Amino acid sequence: MISSGSAGLLQRRENMEASEMLRLYREMVLVRRLEEAAASLYQEGKIGGFLHLYIGQEAVGSGVVSARRPEDRVITAYRDHGIAIAAGMPARVVLAELLGKATGCSKGMGGSMHLADVRLNFWGGHAIVGAHLPLAVGMALADRYRERQAVTICFFGEGATNIGYFHEALNLAALWKLPVLWVCENNKYGMGTSVERASAVEEIRQKAEAYGIPGARVNGMDVLEVRGAAEQALEHVRREGPFLLEAITYRYRGHSMGDPERYRRSDEVRKWQEEDPIGILRKRILEEKASREAALDRLETEVEEEIGEAVRFAEESPEPAPEALFEHVYAEKGA
Amino acid sequence: MAVITMREAISQALWEEMERDDRVFILGEEVGVWGGTYAVTKGFFDHFGPKRVRDTPIAEGVIVGAANGAAMAGLRPVAELMTINFAFLAMDQIVNHSAKLHSMFGGQFTVPLVIRAVGGGGRQLGATHSQTPDAVFAHFPGLKVIAPGTPQDAKGLLKSAIRSDDPVLFIEHATLYQMRGEVPDGEITEPIGVSKVQRLGRDVTIVTYSKMLQTSLQASAELANEGIEAEVVDLRTLRPLDMGPVVESFKRTNRAVIVEEGWPSFGIGAEVASRLYEQAFDYVDAPIRRVAQKEAPLPYNRTLEQMALPQVSDVVRAVKEVL
Repeated sequence: MISSGSAGLLQRRENMEASEMLRLYREMVLVRRLEEAAASLYQEGKIGGFLHLYIGQEAVGSGVVSARRPEDRVITAYRDHGIAIAAGMPARVVLAELLGKATGCSKGMGGSMHLADVRLNFWGGHAIVGAHLPLAVGMALADRYRERQAVTICFFGEGATNIGYFHEALNLAALWKLPVLWVCENNKYGMGTSVERASAVEEIRQKAEAYGIPGARVNGMDVLEVRGAAEQALEHVRREGPFLLEAITYRYRGHSMGDPERYRRSDEVRKWQEEDPIGILRKRILEEKASREAALDRLETEVEEEIGEAVRFAEESPEPAPEALFEHVYAEKGA
Repeated sequence: MAVITMREAISQALWEEMERDDRVFILGEEVGVWGGTYAVTKGFFDHFGPKRVRDTPIAEGVIVGAANGAAMAGLRPVAELMTINFAFLAMDQIVNHSAKLHSMFGGQFTVPLVIRAVGGGGRQLGATHSQTPDAVFAHFPGLKVIAPGTPQDAKGLLKSAIRSDDPVLFIEHATLYQMRGEVPDGEITEPIGVSKVQRLGRDVTIVTYSKMLQTSLQASAELANEGIEAEVVDLRTLRPLDMGPVVESFKRTNRAVIVEEGWPSFGIGAEVASRLYEQAFDYVDAPIRRVAQKEAPLPYNRTLEQMALPQVSDVVRAVKEVL
């Protein structure tokens, strides 16, 4: 069982249905192909602004979000495409938003960093580091206020744990025993500054201990380990209050497009790529005979076709109308 | 019609809206057990209980941030900031979140939040606790900014703010809580974004709001003794700004003085004067004048503080200059 401050005590999930393993595999491949397509579209100049790719971190989003109930809310930072897909957003809607189209989830008003779909209980996509942690506290407070059993799952990078918001939010969540699952995606770098160079404490879960919030570290490259840990962490949150899950992961690409990556060596990236989350799950599926090579290859072809169709949809979608500029400045008309 | 204080008016508005809608709750520093640092929420904790009257740690970022999140999730939080100077600690939540969450996600959710903040100088609280930064907040589309100058407007506008689906910053002046005024009995609301003529006059238009409404009305009484009749237009809401009654008055008087407590640079007076020149240039008979705070951090010393703040005599002098 989960115990405070004890890395590795989480039980690995051993008995997942073959169909669920294949669903996770397909989802992570979809995220990978989506991000590759987004990178190409960015290089073609069709995506503006910043683009933060989730490649390498797929197991964290898919592992945690697949453990939630429909009433559980999800909120994250700006590296949000993979979380959006895990929350159930179609790839075509993600890509349409990236292209700033009216068919995007935020009608082209938000862009890459501001994906959301409240019907999926996915509340963004927030671009100011650390600022969505208080939002998560407020949403959990609202659920508690209305005596709902929902948990708010809040993803953030390890870089967000050095800002005041993290401490204000964890303190209040613990003080009020709010149902928040804090998920720290520790990908080792806040932009180009490694965790050792930015944080006095390298194990992020230790920071949660200061607020009496139990935590655990998991291998964020193994989706089944993440999933098992998330299930137990969610149970803890429903029963007792906030919990911090620290997933050790790695982004293969730069912080955003145009990152010269002077802060790390290419052999470090290659070493992590050997621990690829999609590769690990593929090996596991084949070992357990949950599927066969040919079937997985077929599935990958299907995903590529889906992404191709999604790119076409996004490119052919209309731009927002000029009136959209003022449409939602205020909720009340005439303001 | 009852005569009550500004404090009672604000308290009544909160109480009535909490009775009316159980989605409304209060959070902030010392709002509960203490009863509010300005005693606005006295008795609320005992009546509504700790679920709806929530004392928070001294942490403005998470006070407004949690209020934003709760509003996104469908509640109607009223977050109290002990002074508007502490709003700077929550500036990111107010500016980057409250004001933007609705539009930035294509209108998917609303942020029906009220932030009550106490502003203004005149109590010898020193430079960091005495500011009138209203113009700063009025700069941002997406936010509504209200600053009432009478008990009736305070009650009616706060009730409208709580019922609004948009985020509202509601600025109360620290020296107005004891001010008394007539407030109609029973249910009253006042519309957000509607300026109001508070005194009729034919000679000059004084445009003002909040505490400076009282200063301007006193100046108008002095001017009346000399046969000068000032019309006083109270903005009441800074964003959205209603220029209608201002322009209408100016077209009759052809002269205007704008009175604000904050600094003049990039301020409310600058905005109103600019709009008057844009919208009524052909009616200008004299340069539009601004009365505002002297351009220095507000000092502790009582004499210097009063010297820096706009006084009745400053308004009288400015009016005479435009006549």
